[in-house]
Order: sequence, then structure tokens, then C-alpha cells
Amino acid sequence: MTGLDRFLDSFFNLRVAVEYLPKIIDGFWLTILLAFCIILSGLAAGLALAVLRSLGIRPVNWLIIFVVDLFRALPPLVIIVLLYFGLPAAGLSISGFASAWLSLALVLMAFSEEIFWAGITAVPRGQWEAARSTGLTFAATLGHVVLPQAVRMVVPPLTNRTIAITKGTALASVVAVPEILGAAQAGVSFSFNPTPLTLGALAYVVLFFPVVILGRWIETRFAWKR
Amino acid sequence: MAQTPPIVAAHGIHKHFGTLHVLKGVDLMVAERELVFVIGPSGSGKSTLLRCLNRLEEPSSGSITVDGIDMLSRSTDINAARQRVGMVFQSFNLYPHMTALGNVALALRKVQGKSRAEAEARARAALDRVHLADRAGHFPGQLSGGQQQRVAIARAIALEPRVMLFDEPTSALDPELVGGVLAAMRELREDGMTMVVVSHEMGFAKAAADRVVFMADGLVVEQGPPAELFGAPRHERTRAFLGQIERH
Repeated sequence: MTGLDRFLDSFFNLRVAVEYLPKIIDGFWLTILLAFCIILSGLAAGLALAVLRSLGIRPVNWLIIFVVDLFRALPPLVIIVLLYFGLPAAGLSISGFASAWLSLALVLMAFSEEIFWAGITAVPRGQWEAARSTGLTFAATLGHVVLPQAVRMVVPPLTNRTIAITKGTALASVVAVPEILGAAQAGVSFSFNPTPLTLGALAYVVLFFPVVILGRWIETRFAWKR
Repeated sequence: MAQTPPIVAAHGIHKHFGTLHVLKGVDLMVAERELVFVIGPSGSGKSTLLRCLNRLEEPSSGSITVDGIDMLSRSTDINAARQRVGMVFQSFNLYPHMTALGNVALALRKVQGKSRAEAEARARAALDRVHLADRAGHFPGQLSGGQQQRVAIARAIALEPRVMLFDEPTSALDPELVGGVLAAMRELREDGMTMVVVSHEMGFAKAAADRVVFMADGLVVEQGPPAELFGAPRHERTRAFLGQIERH
């Protein structure tokens, strides 16, 4: 067996690939589900916190800043492991999927709150004043004038951060979630061949390439009309 | 004019920004259909006074009534009251994510609760009054500064205010665009709008104002008809200011 044959047999073994493809595909859908849950709840919570912060209630803002800084500082894997292995000690059992979802959603919430907040503060004061001078309430001004501009401004950093955190779904393999990486690793241990990892890598490309393209499309779509 | 109650009545307005005492007891009365021009050196508090009138700034003390409404009372619905006071800003402050029509229609829909169709019809009429009906579908970034400011005027007058406040409406414009905005203001005046204008457009003041108020260091130094104030200023401070302006 030459080196090339050995390489092909290890990483592109057709028999192993066919055998484990269904598992990887299951993992693919599970990753999509997990990513979808994280993005939806993480961004929603981040936006909600940024809006809450714009009310300017000082003790509330201190709390928001503390929570946000905490989840920006902690490595996502630490949070996942803490929830999965730590909570049962407190009598609260939580599934691997739930702990991964909750952890990454909290991290995305923290980062997106900072991004949304930066957008809100970047909207010129004159926009608030113009809107309020026509009798719009604080909430109506925020909703119709400030947030649409703020969100548009932060679409590029927001898509970047969302993609980066969503890729963290691979961390769920540590807490026995059979998402793409989990399924691939299981395949490797059963087949004694790393080909399932190749499939896993391909699955990530298939999954995230369109997401990256979508992010680019959103960025152009939301640019100002001039 | 003395018979009708004033539309704007501000008494003893003080405003502090931290340790800075910007307004030191200013009175301002504006009668119906009157055009009052407020002039003065920068830092004299004229813009702050204007912004107190619709409570964009909260005065430290004093009283302000607009159209009989106590603007400073806690029990006043300030959002309802502000519809009676239109404001035009130096930097236009149009909403960049909305068309000219959307800019004008927003408060009609969200404050006055009109249907989209009715709000847009009213918005079109307001744009027509500033001769920009053909620009209704344009975004602010697609309009010249002068056109943007006229859309901002339309946004304010669409709510049918009792008084219009202009905060240096032409200061951010290229010289060749000033004329269109002043023309729109003059037409408003001819339609009988009550107006308070903070501006350095002395030519417009001389031609159109009923009264000119000169402010310096947070106080009203003197006021009178433009011919009187520009022709024979009584205070040294006024003479110095007008002398500096004329040198340009």
C-alpha cells in the first residue's frame, strides 16, 4: 500500500462513507435545528436587552452590563459543560441539546446586545429629537425611527458574530449531542477510519457556505438607497 | 394683535446645563400670525430657548404655555402638545430609511392614528405646499440639502401646528440652496403661520419678520420691529453684534 493509497483509504474510504452518511445527514439536520434555535433566541434576547438598556434605568443597565460581560468573557464550552454536568448536581437535569442551545444562545445574546446597543447609540440625537418633536412617543421613536437605522448599521458585525457563534454548535458533541461533529466522531470510533470526519467537514461547508452568502446578501439588501 | 392671547407665552425661563447657566430668566411672547426672529451671538441661548418651547430641553425654572397648554406641567400629555408645535432643525434630521412621503406620513399615522391612505394623502398635500410633490418617492440621500429641509418643513406642517419653530434652518445649506428654503418659509408666513425663527439670515429678517429679538448671554437684550432694531439699536451690545454681522 503506497502512502497515497493509505491516505485515500483513511479519509476517502467509499465503503465507510456510504455506511456513515445517513448518520452525518441526521447530524446535519440536528445542527441546523440547534443553530436555528440559537440564532432566533440569542438575537431576540440580545435585541430585547439593548432596548431595555436604552430606557436608561441605571440599576437595570448595571445588571445588563454585568450579564453581558460575563457571557462575553466565559468560553462557550465552559458554559456548556457547566450546565450539562453542573446542573444535575443541583438536582436539575438538562439534556445535551438544551445545554448547548442555552449556552450558545446566552453568548450570542451577550455579543448581539453589545452590537445592537452600539447601533442604537450611533443613531444621531437629531433623529430622536425630530421624531419626538412630532409627538411620537419614546417607544414609537425607538421602533419606527431608531431601531430600523440601528439594525441596518450593525448588520455586518451581527452576521459575522452570528456565524462565529453558530459554528460553536460543534461544541455540543462534547455533551453527547449527535450533531455533525458528534455523529462523525461516533462514526470514527465504530469504523476505525477517519472518513466520517471528512464527511462532517463537508457537511459544515454545505451548511455554512450558504449562511455566509446569505449574510453577504443581507448586508447589500440593507444598505442605504442613495 | 394685542387683543388675541399669545400663542406662545414663556416667562422667566432659566436653563442650567450642569454649572453652565444658559438662560437667565427669558420672557418671550408670540402673538398669533406673528413672525418673531431671534438673533444673537453663538452661545447666547437662542437655540436652547427655542428647544425649551416644545420641551426638547427641560427648563430649570419658568413657565411656558403654547396655545393655552402648560408645556411644563407633569399632567400635560407632551406628545399631544408637541403636535401643535412644529420644529425644523439645522441638520434637517430626516429619517434616512424612509422616503420623503414616509417621513411626512409617519407622525400622521403613528401619532394622529390616520389610515395609511389618509396619512399619505395629507403628506402629499404637505409636500405640495413646499413644491416637492414630485419628490415624494425619493429617499433623503437622493435629495439636495435644500430639498431635504423643505421635506422637514412639510413633515412639521402636515400635523397642522399652531406655531412653527425654526432652529437655524439654512445654516447647513450651500448658499445657492438657501433661497428655496426661505421661499417656503415666506409662503408659510403668507398663509398665516405663527413662526419663531432662530437664524442669521438678516435679509430675511428685515423683509419678513414682525419683530426681532436680540439675545446675548442668556438674556433678551432688546426687541422691536426689524426697521427699529436694525436701524437704531438702543444697546451697545446689539450695535456691536450687528456691526460684526454687517462686516461680512
